[in-house]
Amino acid sequence: METRELTCIGCPMGCLLTVTLDNGEVTEVKGNTCAKGDIYARKEVVNPTRIVTSTVKITSGDKERVSVKTANDIPKNKIFEVMKDIDAAEVKAPVKIGDVLVKNVAGTGVDVIATRNVEAV
Amino acid sequence: MKTYDIVIVGGGPAGLAAAVAAKEAGNDSILILERDHELGGILNQCIHNGFGLHTFKEELTGPEYAYRFIKQVLDLGIEYKLNTMVMDIAADKTVTAMNREDGMFQIPAKAVILAMGCRERPRGALNIPGYRPAGIFSAGTAQRLVNIEGYMPGREVVILGSGDIGLIMARRMTLEGAKVKVVAELLPYSGGLKRNIVQCLDDYGIPLKLSHTVVDIEGKEHVTAVTIAEVGPDRKPIPGTEERYTCDTLLLSCGLIPENELSRSAGVQMSPITSGPVVNESLETNIPGVFACGNVLHVHDLVDYVSEEAKRAGQNAVKYINDGCKNAEASDVIELVATEGARYTVPSTINKSRMDDLLTVRFRVGDVYKNSFVSVYFDDERVMHNEKRILAPGEMEQIILQKKKLDEYPNLKKITVKIEKE
Ligand SMILES: Cc1cc2nc3c(=O)[nH]c(=O)nc-3n(C[C@H](O)[C@H](O)[C@H](O)COP(=O)(O)OP(=O)(O)OC[C@H]3O[C@@H](n4cnc5c(N)ncnc54)[C@H](O)[C@@H]3O)c2cc1C
Ligand code: SF4
Repeated sequence: METRELTCIGCPMGCLLTVTLDNGEVTEVKGNTCAKGDIYARKEVVNPTRIVTSTVKITSGDKERVSVKTANDIPKNKIFEVMKDIDAAEVKAPVKIGDVLVKNVAGTGVDVIATRNVEAV
Repeated sequence: MKTYDIVIVGGGPAGLAAAVAAKEAGNDSILILERDHELGGILNQCIHNGFGLHTFKEELTGPEYAYRFIKQVLDLGIEYKLNTMVMDIAADKTVTAMNREDGMFQIPAKAVILAMGCRERPRGALNIPGYRPAGIFSAGTAQRLVNIEGYMPGREVVILGSGDIGLIMARRMTLEGAKVKVVAELLPYSGGLKRNIVQCLDDYGIPLKLSHTVVDIEGKEHVTAVTIAEVGPDRKPIPGTEERYTCDTLLLSCGLIPENELSRSAGVQMSPITSGPVVNESLETNIPGVFACGNVLHVHDLVDYVSEEAKRAGQNAVKYINDGCKNAEASDVIELVATEGARYTVPSTINKSRMDDLLTVRFRVGDVYKNSFVSVYFDDERVMHNEKRILAPGEMEQIILQKKKLDEYPNLKKITVKIEKE
């Protein structure tokens, strides 16, 4: 048996949730005021994921950096590996919103895509 | 110089949405003036996601959200000028602006929409003692440096203020390899969204110290350390609670303030609480034909509400012009009053003859209230009593007034919004 403390992000109440785990399986969620908190806690404890946003270096464009995001959420414990790949990348203008700039980032199966247009100069 | 029916000052999300709505309402003589080299406003540097959940039902990053509106402006062929600074708005709605190609020029307009956004509170107002060494930035400046210019201002960071921009920057700098040591907040609660506290601080083990402030900054040329201390209920530091953090960067995230120098010199009446113009149901200021929307009107935390509000400003500007630029008679003006926990309302007055069937009234509370009620009084009669599990200063609240309902009170003079325990 193991317990974990979380803050629910479902609304500004920010209920303090206590999750009880048995062999990695959630057995109980306490502290939530509504059902949303229960759903959040179960996902967050077993499989927390995040969208990562950052910028990538771009050459021969009208900007120095192009903003990017992971096209889908990636496992939370992979955030820094994903950042390493994003920081190592360098692309050439022009770039359009939605263009894939890094494929299968950090082996997550998720691509990194541009979130703004950069014209070539 | 050409004349235009509608001149929009500022090409951020507010200005863009107002322009699109005015065009769609049938006006073809619209000009947007933007001092930056691109449209989109502050959203261009907000590369994180979380924008547009209400409007587009998906989570966009700032630049993506801005582009949805920029594209509409381009597709509709709305005129705009970049690198163009508006210098003055006269009470007769002549707009004076300046850029490199045209020099200084004047545009007589029938209606003007103020959409200049807001800026960060300057650190001078914070009164931090000590020298003023390099390495102190506002959170928004740091955001621009990192996200637009690709330059990291420092490696070891202390952040004062837990507003959303400070929280977002704590995560952003951590991702780029900096060590964010602590976020100190003067108030006993954070003004930032819960989601940002969890995903920007908790995710990376960054401590948030509530009721704390900076009491000393070390370093003559460059910041070398910052000392914070706990504050008592009087917000004065408590001796003996000091903690020292070595660092090379101090970020200040101490709130935003509407950018209204232009409005003031035009003679627009201002609210001391929002630092934005006082407006009526049409989002029109005391100068007929001058409208305001977005962060210049009051600071918003969700850009979706900015777009929604700006759309109404654009539509109302067209209505004003189509009605022959006449000021509606002031006979049936109803005053809106915020009291007992509610700090302000936007709008501040309602001219019933010009009101839409439904009118959204936005307001903020001054403190955290749990299990309370948002109450609305028509003169002395309570007509609305909505239970709220939580109300917080960081979250904008709203009530919706029905014209039908107001019609049942022909002698109504005053609508009051307040927070009640029961
Ligand atoms: C740092 C930061 C982070 C934010 N994060 C979020 C978030 O995560 N989610 C969310 O929903 N909202 C967020 N917001 C809020 C949202 O971005 C704003 O509510 C929105 O950008 C406001 O739009 P606006 O058009 O009123 O102002 P702005 O975007 O500030 O645009 C105003 C424009 O007017 C121009 N201007 C000003 N004065 C003049 C002049 N004299 N002449 C010509 N042009 C002028 C400026 O250059 C600017 O382009 C954030 C805001 C800030 C500041
Ligand atoms: S559990 Fe429900 S009430 Fe509590 S923070 Fe989450 S969403 Fe809000």
